[in-house]
Amino acid sequence: MNLSKKAILVLEDGRTFRGDSFGAEGETFGEMVFNTSMTGYQEILTDPSYAGQLVCMTYPLIGNYGVNEEDTESRRPWVEGFVVREASRVASNWRSTESLDSYLKRHKIVGIERIDTRALVRHIRDKGAMRAAISSIDADEKSLLEKVLATPAMQNRELASAVTIDKTFDYPAEREEKFHVVCFDFGVKTNSLREFAKHGCKITVVPAETSAKEVLALKPDGIFLSNGPGDPASMQKVVSEIRKLTENAVPMFGICLGHQILGQVFGGETYKLKFGHRGGNQPIMDLTTGKVEITSHNHGFAVEAKSLPAEIEVTHVNLNDQTVAGLRHKNLPIFSVQYHPESAPGPHDSEYLFRRFIELMEKGK
Amino acid sequence: MPKRTDIHKILIIGSGPIVIGQGCEFDYSGTQACRALKQEGFEVVLVNSNPATIMTDPEIADKTYVEPLTLETVSAIIEKERPDALLPTVGGQTGLNLSVELYEKGILDKFGVKLIGANVESIKVGEDRELFKQAMDEIGIPSAKGGFAHTWEEARKIVEETGYPAIIRPAYTLGGTGGGTAFNPEEFEEIAKSGLAASPISQILVEESILGWKEYELEVMRDLNDNVVIICSIENFDPMGVHTGDSITVAPAQTLTDVEYQKLRDMSIACIRKVGVETGGSNIQFAVNPENGDVRIIEMNPRVSRSSALASKATGFPIAKIAAKLAVGYTLDEIPNDITKKTPASFEPTIDYVVTKIPKWAFEKFPGAEDVLGTQMKSVGEVMAIGRTFKESLFKGLRSLEAVKPLRLEGIPDHLLQRKLARPNSNRFSYLTYALRNGYSIEEIHRLTKIDPWFLEQLQEVMQLQARIDGRNLNDVPSEVLQNAKEFALSDRRISYLTNSTEDEVRERRKDLNIEPVYKRVDTCGAEFESHTPYLYSTYEEENEADPTDRRKIMILGSGPNRIGQGIEFDYCCCHASFALRDADFETIMVNCNPETVSTDYDTSDRLYFEPLTFEDVMNIVETENPEGVIVQFGGQTPLNLADRLHKAGVPIIGTSPDSIDLAEDRKRFSALLQELNIPQPDNGTAVSPEEAKKIANKIGYPVVVRPSFVLGGRAMAIVYDEQTLDEYMRTAVDASPEKPILIDKFLERAVEIDVDALADETGCVIAGIQEHIEEAGIHSGDSSSVLPAQKLAAEHLETIKHYTVNLAKALKVIGLMNLQLAIKDDRVYVIEVNPRASRTVPFVAKATGIPIAKIASLIMAGEKTLADFNLPAMLSVPQIFVKSPVFPFKKFAGVDPVLGPEMHSTGEVMGVGETFGEAYGKAMEGAGIVLPMSGKAFISVNDSDKGQAVVLARRLDKLGFDLIATYGTAKRLQEVGLTCETVFKVNEGRPNIADYIKQGEISLIINTPLGRTSHYDEQAIRKSALQFNVPTVTTMTGAEALIEAIATKKSQGQVKVRSLQEIHANKKSLIAEEGR
Repeated sequence: MNLSKKAILVLEDGRTFRGDSFGAEGETFGEMVFNTSMTGYQEILTDPSYAGQLVCMTYPLIGNYGVNEEDTESRRPWVEGFVVREASRVASNWRSTESLDSYLKRHKIVGIERIDTRALVRHIRDKGAMRAAISSIDADEKSLLEKVLATPAMQNRELASAVTIDKTFDYPAEREEKFHVVCFDFGVKTNSLREFAKHGCKITVVPAETSAKEVLALKPDGIFLSNGPGDPASMQKVVSEIRKLTENAVPMFGICLGHQILGQVFGGETYKLKFGHRGGNQPIMDLTTGKVEITSHNHGFAVEAKSLPAEIEVTHVNLNDQTVAGLRHKNLPIFSVQYHPESAPGPHDSEYLFRRFIELMEKGK
Repeated sequence: MPKRTDIHKILIIGSGPIVIGQGCEFDYSGTQACRALKQEGFEVVLVNSNPATIMTDPEIADKTYVEPLTLETVSAIIEKERPDALLPTVGGQTGLNLSVELYEKGILDKFGVKLIGANVESIKVGEDRELFKQAMDEIGIPSAKGGFAHTWEEARKIVEETGYPAIIRPAYTLGGTGGGTAFNPEEFEEIAKSGLAASPISQILVEESILGWKEYELEVMRDLNDNVVIICSIENFDPMGVHTGDSITVAPAQTLTDVEYQKLRDMSIACIRKVGVETGGSNIQFAVNPENGDVRIIEMNPRVSRSSALASKATGFPIAKIAAKLAVGYTLDEIPNDITKKTPASFEPTIDYVVTKIPKWAFEKFPGAEDVLGTQMKSVGEVMAIGRTFKESLFKGLRSLEAVKPLRLEGIPDHLLQRKLARPNSNRFSYLTYALRNGYSIEEIHRLTKIDPWFLEQLQEVMQLQARIDGRNLNDVPSEVLQNAKEFALSDRRISYLTNSTEDEVRERRKDLNIEPVYKRVDTCGAEFESHTPYLYSTYEEENEADPTDRRKIMILGSGPNRIGQGIEFDYCCCHASFALRDADFETIMVNCNPETVSTDYDTSDRLYFEPLTFEDVMNIVETENPEGVIVQFGGQTPLNLADRLHKAGVPIIGTSPDSIDLAEDRKRFSALLQELNIPQPDNGTAVSPEEAKKIANKIGYPVVVRPSFVLGGRAMAIVYDEQTLDEYMRTAVDASPEKPILIDKFLERAVEIDVDALADETGCVIAGIQEHIEEAGIHSGDSSSVLPAQKLAAEHLETIKHYTVNLAKALKVIGLMNLQLAIKDDRVYVIEVNPRASRTVPFVAKATGIPIAKIASLIMAGEKTLADFNLPAMLSVPQIFVKSPVFPFKKFAGVDPVLGPEMHSTGEVMGVGETFGEAYGKAMEGAGIVLPMSGKAFISVNDSDKGQAVVLARRLDKLGFDLIATYGTAKRLQEVGLTCETVFKVNEGRPNIADYIKQGEISLIINTPLGRTSHYDEQAIRKSALQFNVPTVTTMTGAEALIEAIATKKSQGQVKVRSLQEIHANKKSLIAEEGR
C-alpha cells in the first residue's frame, strides 16, 4: 500500500474533512449532497441530474464491481465530485471493464475517500445541502473556503441547458413501433428511453429549449418531460413553452424536474428541500390504489402542495415526509411523478407508470 | 388496513430445544412476535419445550406451555385453550412442520383455528422441492436442473439433463453420507448406485452442479395489501457448496451491480407472490454464476429464519416483530419504524456499514467427524460484527469468535495447503491468510477456493498492512500506519504480537497518538433520518455518536457466540439482568456479538453495543459510558475470563468479587477453603506437566477425572482408568503449562450427582433448587437429565447440601448467583466444584420455582435491594415435578460415536412437567424428540455389574408388554430368572446381529450400558444404528429405570395433561412486579 495523495473537503460553513485523493487530481466545486443507494454508483455518476453537485455515497464501499460499458445513463459522468468512505482497489464482476478509479481519472472527476462520510451526511442532514469543494491541490482550508463562497448556490441555478443535447435525435422502438414520443432532454437518463422503446415507442429526444411549435411539428403521440439538474424555478422559459403544449391535449408525462416544470405550468410553486431525497428506498404511496412502491429518487426541490390549483390532483405522496410525489390533471391526459420510474439505479416497482402513459396515448389515438 | 378484529387469542409454536440449524434466533423472533401481539391486545398462548428461552418467561405470553412439541400435546393445548388463530412462522422448521401436521390431521379445523401469516398451500410450495421448482418454472425463474431418482434408470435419465459435474444426494442418510459429486459417467454410476443403496427409502437427488457459484440471500416481507419490500441482501463469502449456516456471510451484497441486484429483487418479489406467502418475512436464496451472471433460485423459507434474525440485527429492522403485526392485518405503511420514529416500516433499509457473520464450530468435541464443510450445517453458533469496511467487520468478527489458538502452518507442504484451500473447513481463515502471506496470488487462491477475488483482495490488504508492522518496534510504527491498522480492526493484542510489545503498551501508545474508537449508530437509513435508538458499533473515524447519558447505569457483558457448554441459558441471564435493572430505573447497557440472541435485540436494553467481548473492546465502551457497575457473572466463561483484567483496570465489577471468583476457580485456594470449612472433596491435585499428573494420579488412585482449568462444558475433560491413558491424554489432548494447569480429581464411580443453584448476599442465602441428576457421575452435568425436586435424596443428605451451600456462600462472600456441583457416594456428600456466577441451570430453576432468580440476583448485585428484602424462604419450593433433559447433535456428525461422557456434547435442553416423576420424565423425553415406545422388542445388553438391576427392569418391561431380546450373557441371566428372552448375536459374533435387527426396525427400545473398554466396537455399532433409525437408547441403568417409569406412567395415564406455567405458579405472587420497582 503506497501512501496516498491527500485531499480535502471543505463545506461552505467551514466544516472540513481530510482524506485521500482518488479519481482525478485537482479541485472541484458544487453543492454537497448524499445518496443512500447501496448499489448503482455508475448510474449515479452518469445521471445528468447530478450536474453541479458533489455526491457522497452513504454506503461506505464503492467501486467493488468496477465500471462496465452498459450501465451508463448518459454520455459521460456529470457529478462535479465524488465522496466515498473507501474506494475499492480492485473491480470484481464479469461485466467490469475498468476500475472506478481509472474511470474517474479518465473523465477528470475529482474524488476523495477515507473521510468519515457518515459524519458528513449527518452534517448535511442537520444543516442542509450546501456548497463545498474537494481539492487535492490546495490543502489550505481557508483559501478553499474562500473559493467555495465565491461559487453560485443551487437556488435559482439553471443547469438543464448545460446538460441537454445540442441536436435532436431519434431512439428507435424495440420491435414494432406503436407510438411516437417526444422527450424533452433536461438531463434524460438512457433507461427512460430504454423503457419507452421496450413499450413500443420511438422517441425523439429534443433539446431543453425546443419550442412548443417545433415539438408539435413532430406530431407526437405523447410528450415526456425528463429529469434534470438545477432549480426548476429558474426555467420559466421552458415552463411557458410546455404550457402551450398542454393546450393541445397531447398526453404528457413528467418525471423529477419534468414534474416540477408541470407543477409550475399549472400555477404551482416549487421550493428547495433541506437536503433532498437521493436514494433507492423511498416509500411512495399511490393514493389512487393505496399501495406502496419503493422508488428511486434524486431531487433537491419539490412542488408545494398548497400552491396547486383545483384541477390538479396529488396522486402520490412520499411516506417519509409527506411531500408531493405525483400529480395528475383532472381533465387533461397529463401526469407526473417526482421520482424515477426508470430506476437505474433502484427498484423497478414504478415501471407501471410507463404503462399508464402508454394507456393515455392509446386513448388519445 | 387496520388490525383484524375476528381473532382474539393466538397460538404461537416455538422451535423447541437448541439444535444445530435451529438455534436461539427463534427465541429472538418468537419473543418479538409474542410481545408484538400482546401489545396489540391479543391473548397469546405459547408452547415451547425449551425452558432456557426468554419467550417462555411467564410475562411474555398470557399462557405459556413448556410442553413437548408433539402433535398429541399441542392438540391437547388447542383443545384446552381454543385459540382463534395459529401463527406458524416464528418457530423455525419445527413450528412450521408441526403447524402443517395439525392442519393435516384436522385439528385446526376441528377447533376452528385459522392459520395466519402463511397458509398450508404456500408452506408446501415453499418447502417441497418439486412443487417449488414447478412454481418457479411457471413464472420463468430458473432453478437448478435435476430431480429425484429411485432407480439407476431414473438417475441416468436425470443426469442427461443436468450434465457434469452432477451432485448426488441420498435421502435420509446420516450426515448426508453416501452422496458426492460426479465428474463423468463412470463416477456417476458408482456414486448414484451407492447413494441409492445408502438411502433407507432408495431415493437420491441428482442436480446440476452449481458449486463455486456466488451465493446470495434476500430477506423479503409482504403485507396483506401486497406491498413487498426487501429488508436486506446477504452475500456469502463462501461460494455455493457450503451451507449458508456454515458460510461467512456479508450484508449487504458486495459484488453485484445495481442491474444484477435488481434482477434478484424482482425475482424475490415474484417468488413470494407466486408461492403465496400472504404476510410476513421469507428468505430466498440464489446462486449467481460468476462467469456470466446466470441465476438459479435455490430455495425459499416461508417463515422467519436464521438469516432473517441476522438481517434484523444487521439493519435494525425487526423482521419477526413486523411479521407478527402484518399477520394480524396491519400493512407496512401503518407500522412506524422504531428507530427513526417518524418514518414508516414500508421502506427498504439502507445501511452505511458492513456486517459480517462468522460461524463457530465445535469439531474439537467430535473426534472422528471430518472437519469439512458442505451442505449439512455443522456450526453451533455464530458471531456478527459491524464495521465501516468489510475489512473492519471481518476482523472484528474473527476476534469475536474467541478462537483458542491459530493453527501453526509453517512448513505445510503446498499440496496439503492447496487441498485444504479447495475443501472448505472450519480453519479456512488460517489457510487463506497463510497462503496470502506466503506468496499465493489472489488468482491462484480464487481458483482453488472460488471465493470472490474482491473478498480475497480485502484480506490481502490487511495482510500487507500487517507486514508493514511486523517486527517493528511499537514506537517506530508511524501514527498513520497504526491508525490504518485500527481501521482494519487489528486488535491491540495482534499489534502487540507483531511489535513484540504488550497489549497495554499498544493501548497506551494508541491513546498517546489519539487513535481511539468512536461509536456509530445502526439506524436503518444511512443517517438520512435521526436515530432515536442507541444501537452502536465501534469504528475508527471522526465523529462519535455514542452520546452517553448521565443516568445511573449498569453494563452487562454477554456470552458471545453460542457453543456447546455456553449457550442460550447465559443469554437468558443477561437479558434478565437488563430487564430487572431497567425496571429499577438504571440505564442498562448490553455488550454482545451474537446475532441470534434476545440480548442483542435493540429493545432489550437501553443501549446496545454490538461489539466483540475482548478486554480492548469492553474497556473502550467502559471509558465511553462510565457505568456505575459491570456485570460479568451472567454471560458464562466469556466475560468471566475478563473479570480479573477489568478489575485491575479499575472497572467496577459488581456482585461477587473477582477475588472470590478466583478463589473458587483456583484449585489450590479452593481446596484449602473446603478444608477449612470441613467440606469433603474428591482427592485431587493440579498438574503442570505429564510427570506431575502421573504422580498425582498414583497418589489418589485411578480412575481419575482430568480436565484443563477455566473451561466450560467439560472441554477436553476425560475419565482416565490407567497410567497409559493418562500419559496419552497429557501429551495429545491438552497443553499443560503453569498458566494452564490440568486438574486431576478422583473419579467417584456410580455416585449420584447433584446441582445446586442459590442466591446470596450479606443478608443470607436462599437455595433456589437442588437438582438430582438421572445419570450418574461421570457424564457431564450438561448432558445429564435432572429432576427438581430431588427424588431419591435422603433427608440428611439434603440437610448437608443446604448446610454446605450456605457456608460456601458466606465464605466466598457471594453476592448474586452461585452454583454448586456435588456428588454423593457411599453415603457421603462431596463438593465437586463451586461457581459463584450464573449457571446453565438458572432458567430451568426459575421456571420450575416460578421465581425469577436472575432478576433478583441482578438487583442484589446493583445494591438496589438486599436478598432479605425479597422475603424468600430458605429454600424455594416447586409445585410439580420438573425434569430437564439434553438434546444432542450426533446425527450431524457422521463417524462419531454418540456416547456420553465427561465432555459435554448437548446443544440444547427441554423441560418436562408432571405430577409424577414418570409423567415429567416422559414429557422431557418426548420434548427431546424421543418417541416413548409402548410395545415391541426391548433389547438389553449390560455389563456384569448391571445384570442384577437389568433383571428388575426386564421384569417391568415384560409386565408392560414388551418382548425381551438380549445378547448371550444378558439373555442367559434373564432366562435363568424365568423371563422369556430371545438371544441375538453381538455385531462381531455373526449375522443377523443386533445392528441388523435395528436396521430392520425390529427393536423399539435399547438398554445398553458400557461393557468396559474392550467391546467398544460392538457398542458403537449399536449406538450408531440406533441413532440412524431413531430407536430410543439408554446407556445408564438409572436412565433406563427413568424411561421405563415414564413408559409405565404414559400407559396408565391415557389422555395427555397440559399445564401452563401461569396455572402451575398461580398462587405465587409476582415477586419482581411488586418488589422490583
